[in-house]
Amino acid sequence: MLSIQNISKIYSSKSGEKPTIALDNISFEITKPEFVSVVGKSGAGKTTLLKLILAEESPTQGKILFDGIDVHKIKKSHLSCLRQRIGVVFQDYKLFPFKTIYENVAYVMEVMGAEEKEISRDVLQILELVGLADRVNNFPAELSGGEKQRAAIARALIHRPEVILADEPTGNLDPYNASDIVRLLNKIYEFGTTIVLATHNKEIINSLGKRVITLDEGKVIKDEKRGRFIL
Amino acid sequence: MLTSFKRIIKTGWKNFSRNISLSSATIFIMVMVISLATLLFIFNPISKTLISILQEKVDVSIYFKEEVSPEEILEVRSEVSKIPEVEEIGFISREQALEKFIERYKDNPVLIESLTEVGYNPFLASLNIKAHQSSQYEQVVKFLETGPFKDLIDKIDYYQRRPVIEKVFSFTAAVNKTGIFLGVILGVIAVLLAFNTIRIAIHNSGEEISIMRLVGASNWFIRGPFLVQGVVVGLIAALITLLITFGACYGFDSKVRAVAPEIGFFNIFLANFWSLLLIQLATGIGLGTVSSLIAIRKYLKI
Repeated sequence: MLSIQNISKIYSSKSGEKPTIALDNISFEITKPEFVSVVGKSGAGKTTLLKLILAEESPTQGKILFDGIDVHKIKKSHLSCLRQRIGVVFQDYKLFPFKTIYENVAYVMEVMGAEEKEISRDVLQILELVGLADRVNNFPAELSGGEKQRAAIARALIHRPEVILADEPTGNLDPYNASDIVRLLNKIYEFGTTIVLATHNKEIINSLGKRVITLDEGKVIKDEKRGRFIL
Repeated sequence: MLTSFKRIIKTGWKNFSRNISLSSATIFIMVMVISLATLLFIFNPISKTLISILQEKVDVSIYFKEEVSPEEILEVRSEVSKIPEVEEIGFISREQALEKFIERYKDNPVLIESLTEVGYNPFLASLNIKAHQSSQYEQVVKFLETGPFKDLIDKIDYYQRRPVIEKVFSFTAAVNKTGIFLGVILGVIAVLLAFNTIRIAIHNSGEEISIMRLVGASNWFIRGPFLVQGVVVGLIAALITLLITFGACYGFDSKVRAVAPEIGFFNIFLANFWSLLLIQLATGIGLGTVSSLIAIRKYLKI
C-alpha cells in the first residue's frame, strides 16, 4: 500500500552552514492493514518521513508510492484527493480553535461532500467511540490535552481513511492518557486501518508488540516484525 | 456543489461572528478606507461647483459711448457671439445699469443722493463677455479694439481686471491638479490599508489554513469562507459608511450653506445616492474579496 523507495531529504542551510540530512536513502514497504511504529530520537527523521508521505514536503531523492501512485507527482490542486485517503494526528493536536469539537470532526466529512444527516450520525458515533460524547459543543481551548488528542484522532478517523499517520500523538500527554490513545489507535487498526505511529515512547512500543522501524540519523537501522525499543 | 456552496457561506458567517473582535477591527479599517473613497467622490462635484462659481464671477465688460443706440449694441452682440472663444454674452442697458446701482445701494443715502444731484443717468450700456478660458479674453478684446466697432466703444475693463482673471484661472487649474494628485495618493493609501488589514487577519488563520490543506480540503473549500468573510466585512463597512456620510452631509449642510449657498452637501448626497452606494459597496466588497484572495495564496502552497 505504501512503498518508500530510496528516500533522502536534505535541508540546505541558508546561513551557509553544512546541509542537514534528515533522511538518508531509506526504503521499506507497508502493507494493508498494518500497525507500524517508526521510532528514533528527536531529529532522527520521523516527522520528515510523515511529511513526505503526506506530500507536505518533497524529497531530495527517491519516491513514495501510495497504491502505486507517486505522491510527489500529484499536482498541488489534486493533493486534496490523496489527503482525503489519509488521516493525520499531530503531537500538538492542530484542532481548529474557532470550531467546536463536533465541527472539528465534521469538517473532514464536509470537505468530502457528505450529507448533513450522514455527518451528524457518524460524528456523534465517533465522538462516543473516543469518549467525547459529552464534549460535542465545547471548543478546543475548553478541553484537556488527552481530550484534545482524542478529538484529533476522531477527526483523523471520521472519513474511514486507509491509513492514519500519527506524529508523536502521546508527546504532550501523561502516561495514563498516552496509553489511552495507543489503545484507541490499536482498536482502529483492528477495524482494518493501517497505522503509522511515529514516537520515542519506549513503554508504548514495548507494550504494542508490533512492527517497529528504527531510525537513527536519517537511516533505517532496524526493521522488525515484532520489535522493541532499542535506542 | 450546492451543499458545498451552502457550507462555505455558513462557515464564512460563523468565522466572522465567532471572531468578532478581529472582525470589528477589520470593519473599522474598512470604514476608513470607504470613507476616503466617499470623500474623493463627494469632493469632486463640490470642487467643480466651487470652480464654476469662481469662473462665473470672471467676465469682461465693454462699455459703449452714451450716443450708441441699443440696436447698435445688439448688432455688436450678435457679431461677438459668433467668436468661438466666447462662452456667454449678456447685454445691460443704461436703464438696467441704473436700476442695479439703485438696488445695490438703496441703503446708502449718500450715494443715492449724489445720483439725484447729477440729474441724469450717468451709466453706460454694456456687454458682459465670458470666455471659456482666461487666455481667450485677450483675443476677444483685441477683436473689439481693432474691429469695425471700435468707435462705438467707450472703454473695456479688461486691463484692470486681467491680473484677477488670470489668478482665478490659475487657481482653479491648480485645484484641479491637486485634486487628481490627492485622489491618486489617497486611493493608493486606501488600497494598501485594506489589503494589509485583511492580510494580518488571514495571517492569524495561517496555521488553520495549513491544517485544512493537510486534512484534504480543496483550495476553493478553504478560500470560500474567507471570501464570504471579506464580503460580509465589506458590506457592513459600506453600510456604516453610508450612514456616516448621511449624518455628515445632513449635519454640515446648513453650516456650509451659510458660507457658500451654492454648495448643498445634503443635495449632493441625495442626488448621488445610488452611485455613492454603489461606490461604497464596490470599494468595500471589492477590496475585501480581492485582498482575501491575494493574502490567502501563500498559505495554500502546502
